[in-house]
Amino acid sequence: MTSSITAPLEVRGLTKHFPAGSAVLGRSRVHAVDDVTFALRPGTITALVGESGSGKSTVARLLVRLYDPTSGRVLFEGKDVTEDRRRRDVLRYRSQVQMIFQDPFGSLNPVKTVRHHLARPLKLHGRASGDALDARMADLLDLVGLVPAEKYLAKYPHELSGGQRQRVAIARALAVEPTVLVADEPTSMLDVSIRVGILNLMLDLKERKDLAFLYVTHDLASARYVADTVLVMYAGQIVEQGPAESVLGNPLHPYTDLLLASVPDPNAGARPPIEVRKGVASAAVDPPEGCRFADRCPLRIDVCNRVTPELVAAQPAHSARCHVTAPSPAIREEIHVDSTDTAVPS
Amino acid sequence: MTAVVRESQPSMDVKRESVVELRGLSVAYGDVVAVDGVDLTIGAGEILGLAGESGCGKTTIANALMQILRPPARISGGSIFYRGEDLVQLGTEELRKHRWRNVSMVFQSAMNALNPVMRVGDQFVDMMRAHEPVSRRAAVARAGDLLDLVGIDRRRVRAYPHELSGGMRQRVIIAMALALEPELVIMDEPTTALDVVVQREILQQIGDLQRELGFAVLFITHDLSLLFEFANRIAIMYAGEVVEEAPAARLHQFARHPYTLGLIRSFPSLTGPVERMAGIPGSPPDLAAPPEGCRFHPRCPECTGERTELYRLQTSVRPVLHELEPGHRVACHLVEQRG
Repeated sequence: MTSSITAPLEVRGLTKHFPAGSAVLGRSRVHAVDDVTFALRPGTITALVGESGSGKSTVARLLVRLYDPTSGRVLFEGKDVTEDRRRRDVLRYRSQVQMIFQDPFGSLNPVKTVRHHLARPLKLHGRASGDALDARMADLLDLVGLVPAEKYLAKYPHELSGGQRQRVAIARALAVEPTVLVADEPTSMLDVSIRVGILNLMLDLKERKDLAFLYVTHDLASARYVADTVLVMYAGQIVEQGPAESVLGNPLHPYTDLLLASVPDPNAGARPPIEVRKGVASAAVDPPEGCRFADRCPLRIDVCNRVTPELVAAQPAHSARCHVTAPSPAIREEIHVDSTDTAVPS
Repeated sequence: MTAVVRESQPSMDVKRESVVELRGLSVAYGDVVAVDGVDLTIGAGEILGLAGESGCGKTTIANALMQILRPPARISGGSIFYRGEDLVQLGTEELRKHRWRNVSMVFQSAMNALNPVMRVGDQFVDMMRAHEPVSRRAAVARAGDLLDLVGIDRRRVRAYPHELSGGMRQRVIIAMALALEPELVIMDEPTTALDVVVQREILQQIGDLQRELGFAVLFITHDLSLLFEFANRIAIMYAGEVVEEAPAARLHQFARHPYTLGLIRSFPSLTGPVERMAGIPGSPPDLAAPPEGCRFHPRCPECTGERTELYRLQTSVRPVLHELEPGHRVACHLVEQRG
């Protein structure tokens, strides 16, 4: 892979806050995404996993510029695009960074044919016209496994199965020859027997087109199946990131542990029950200083409620936000002092 | 979860032990036959998993069991025996007594099944007083006990649904389903809309309650890997038919129907080597015009036409469930030939 020297898309300190509550009684803010940093490289799939409300879809929307970030930068080929306002710049960025949505029933126009869905981006972005148009559309359908193309071009969305619709949505995204594809839960609304087909298609496209994928999902097993790198989000922050095998095989963060213990896996054998949590899930509304997972964490120590952990690399390329499993040098010193000097632990 | 896999009862005992028996049940929506001749037995105190893709008829079976099918859906054949009594023959008033007391149901997207403008406790009171002569005070007290049972603070009887998280709402619904101590609770995708951690919490809780109270569960889901952990027995549905049925542990290791095998190969694992999976080609058939012969044959990797006689059977004769081992039944021409 010659093109993998620079990451086409990189985000640094990406943050998105939404106002919440009433403006009169003081402005509280939902910290949907806080200080998120990662890079997407060509020919790799990066999985962004987390539960609903963790902020993963907000990250996806920030990447395709459906939202403007509160702070932080989105770098495309090294250039910050968050300030781009000129139509030409925005169009160029949008053609390079495409998105596939969760619902293939909602993302296609029900009164338009497959031909319309594919021809439109090709024409709008000046990729093909006239006789070349048909050839290009046939290529695209072939790429996503809808052959022969003639059979599909004249069809309306309701004449296609969910899996076929999602393939059309992917073909449409590929029409403008993007370098980055953001796929937000692309299989969660499909029947189980056809999900694997879409995952396999992502794997094929990554190889054949050298695409950089961001695969947003709540399904850890599918992330392990397709991804090279895994980012785990909790309450707006990335709490763990690293190679898929390490993150899902030897997790550092106790939240990743909990997720893994929760996934049904008949091959995992008998497992101890997880601790049932009382009360409500931690929403990141005006979060106080400290680790956001602390109130659920079996490893919690005193410092967790006081200091927000940083992402620290405990192993090469594998980092976590956890004072216990991946302490920063300063924290390590503090814990060490605590355990030797104080007789009574708090 | 250390699922204690109870072997299904030998066929002699089934009659005595079963809570519900479906015999040749067919349900049609107009001309479309959504459930086509299903035989299924749910034993007392067992968790029977019913798995299949959308449109395969699993929810229709649940609705038939509750006798809440609405036109154009109607039972077009067969019987549903509850403790020997055919529900299909019962009148409205008898059915009203049957529902919830004998068989209750946790609906799909039950999180939205609560009335948003009514306190949780009042919803319990309404439901209980519709079925038995109980004072309001006693009903509220019982509601508190039921919330306790599912791990929610009993003071939450005063809460409105929007004040509860999704997982808590789902627990409230489960508590309601248990209120009249039914013998069978139907759960239709009860955890599908929930996050994995909450899903696991709720499954653990259902398992604990089931062991404690001894009710039977018909657990409907598309998630086969969940059933392998949670169910005692599993029935696999495809296009309106049960194509394979076996104790959970046996099905996990010795599934025989090509559709079941394809489903199993559709779930990536979190353990073991990462290998390219095939899934199942094609998509489920249109039930308005199901394929001739075996309904799975157009998608079946074993239907190649190499063996002329087998191919003829596969494409023209509907396979019937055939017992391989006690409790393990498969409807497949190929399996029948191989034995």
